[in-house]
Amino acid sequence: MSAVSAVGASRRRVQLWCLAFLLPGLVLGGLFTFYPMVMSWYYSLVQWNGFGSARTFVGLDNYRKLVHDSYFWAAFGRSFLFVVVAVPIRLGLALLVAIVLNNQALKLSKFYRTFFFLPVVTASAIVGIVMTFVLSPFHGPVNQALQHLSAIGSPVDFLGNSHTALWSIMGVEIWKDFGISMIYWLAALQTVPKEYQEAAAVDGANAWQTFRRVTAPILLPFAAIIVVLTANNTLHLFALVQSMTQGGPYYATQVIEVFIYQTGFASENSGGVPQLGYASAAGCLFGLAVMVIALLQLWAVKRANNVRGQLAGAR
Amino acid sequence: MTAIETQAVGTTRTDRAVRRRSPARRKNRIREIVVAVILVPVCLVWIFPFLWLLSASVKSNAQVFGGLNLFTHVVQLGNYVRAWNQAHVGRYFLNTALVTGGSIVITLISVALMGYVLGRYRFRGKRIVAGLLGAAIFLPEGYTIIPIIDLLNKLHLQSSLWGLTLAESGGIQVMMILLFAGYFSQLPRELEEAAIVDGAGFFRVFWQIFLPLTKPVIATCIILQFMHAWNDFLLPLVVTLNKPDLRTLSVGIYSFQGQYFTDYSGMAAASVIGLAPIVILFLVLQRYFVEGIAGAVKQ
Repeated sequence: MSAVSAVGASRRRVQLWCLAFLLPGLVLGGLFTFYPMVMSWYYSLVQWNGFGSARTFVGLDNYRKLVHDSYFWAAFGRSFLFVVVAVPIRLGLALLVAIVLNNQALKLSKFYRTFFFLPVVTASAIVGIVMTFVLSPFHGPVNQALQHLSAIGSPVDFLGNSHTALWSIMGVEIWKDFGISMIYWLAALQTVPKEYQEAAAVDGANAWQTFRRVTAPILLPFAAIIVVLTANNTLHLFALVQSMTQGGPYYATQVIEVFIYQTGFASENSGGVPQLGYASAAGCLFGLAVMVIALLQLWAVKRANNVRGQLAGAR
Repeated sequence: MTAIETQAVGTTRTDRAVRRRSPARRKNRIREIVVAVILVPVCLVWIFPFLWLLSASVKSNAQVFGGLNLFTHVVQLGNYVRAWNQAHVGRYFLNTALVTGGSIVITLISVALMGYVLGRYRFRGKRIVAGLLGAAIFLPEGYTIIPIIDLLNKLHLQSSLWGLTLAESGGIQVMMILLFAGYFSQLPRELEEAAIVDGAGFFRVFWQIFLPLTKPVIATCIILQFMHAWNDFLLPLVVTLNKPDLRTLSVGIYSFQGQYFTDYSGMAAASVIGLAPIVILFLVLQRYFVEGIAGAVKQ
């Protein structure tokens, strides 16, 4: 693996070359990953009203204010509501489709996969704008179709009504990112050895029994990773929400990232003053929550490896 | 765990052994039909928003919300001309293409070089680099957009596309580095030995022997970075808040909402221009998109 070429070249020269090769990545990473990471924590401790103005160190004041900010907690709650509701629906439906498409004998499987995956590659902000048209209460195609089918009497203002807006965005989100989960499941399903399923079929197991007894145990370690990746993805929906509703109506769809953006940049929502320090503090608290999920990920991966190791040992 | 499977996910190979037996074959055909009856309509509904958009982009403004019929007798290509010229979509397209192209080049160079030495060499400080990569994934990042803007201001890059390009390619792309490192580490050592005997140096061994062998990884990384840079929203939105000339397509089309709100067909045409390049790329190079996404689970 490590091909230290002893032929001629001295170790020292190789060492220098290695550092030279690392340099571009480390400089870029230093500037745009680590510097911002560290500074965002520092900025959470200052009062700072716009890039042109001075920063005043205020200690933990921003956090103290944040803890009592009901808009922050409401936004926080909405983001996690997304995780609790949208993630299971997305993963369940995606698993179902993935199992159907994983069938080797299905000739059109690749064709279906293309359709389901298509929304994933498109720009969230543009799709969000398009969706405001598609879901429009003024002769938008969805309302027209529903009225055509007599499913609804009068048009529904999907995004303009504070009772339906969040659920409508959730629906769009599930549709848009469904393909990611489907691909995750397909990747996991490919690790199930075909012989196992054939052996189960020979023993007279039906489709459900095969899934329960053969496929599911092998999928389980992957499922942990997939749940975490999907949850993480569901917490980062700024582009979609901002372009569809900008957090409205009356904050009904203000998820955490929209709250932070509007606190830091869109001054009309925060009383005319951009609050960069306060936004940073909100971002850091949110980052901590995401880290908890990332740690879960680490734990899940570790567990998955253990299980896989046992399987390899048993074979 | 580090092995990268280049095989596409979900490839459909008909199993000949199964095919030969006639009852199994009939069962497969029935299953194919049942699945088609369910999934073909579902797939059409699935991409309906895009079909509707495409149709709206060639209708007149009065027709856009006129009914569910996707077909129109008169194709109004003038919508595209109007969007491209009057609504500055042409400019936004160029900006997006420059930022995306530039960030692909920068990212690819930095991750390929890093992946190469991490995958094939032992050197002092390797553990530190590995630790940094881990930290980039697991440490809470806070709201990094504010320091990034501040940094661009300090570097005097805030009013050119260079700043946006660097910021889009900056950030350690850990998954891409791991993809390269894994692929490089699998390549046999014999490959370089002959070249070294011929007097090839460190860089030439990388450039002429190993890099050309990593084409699948290069393709996957290009696609991932293309998808990231072309579709990104928050960063270009904030960078171009007071600089409309630097807007990318996502930000430009988003900002129409206020300005041109009654020109629905023009908006639809602009949206098609924004979505079409990546959709076409996806249809042509689907394999690499799928691999790029699946990589997150496999590693």
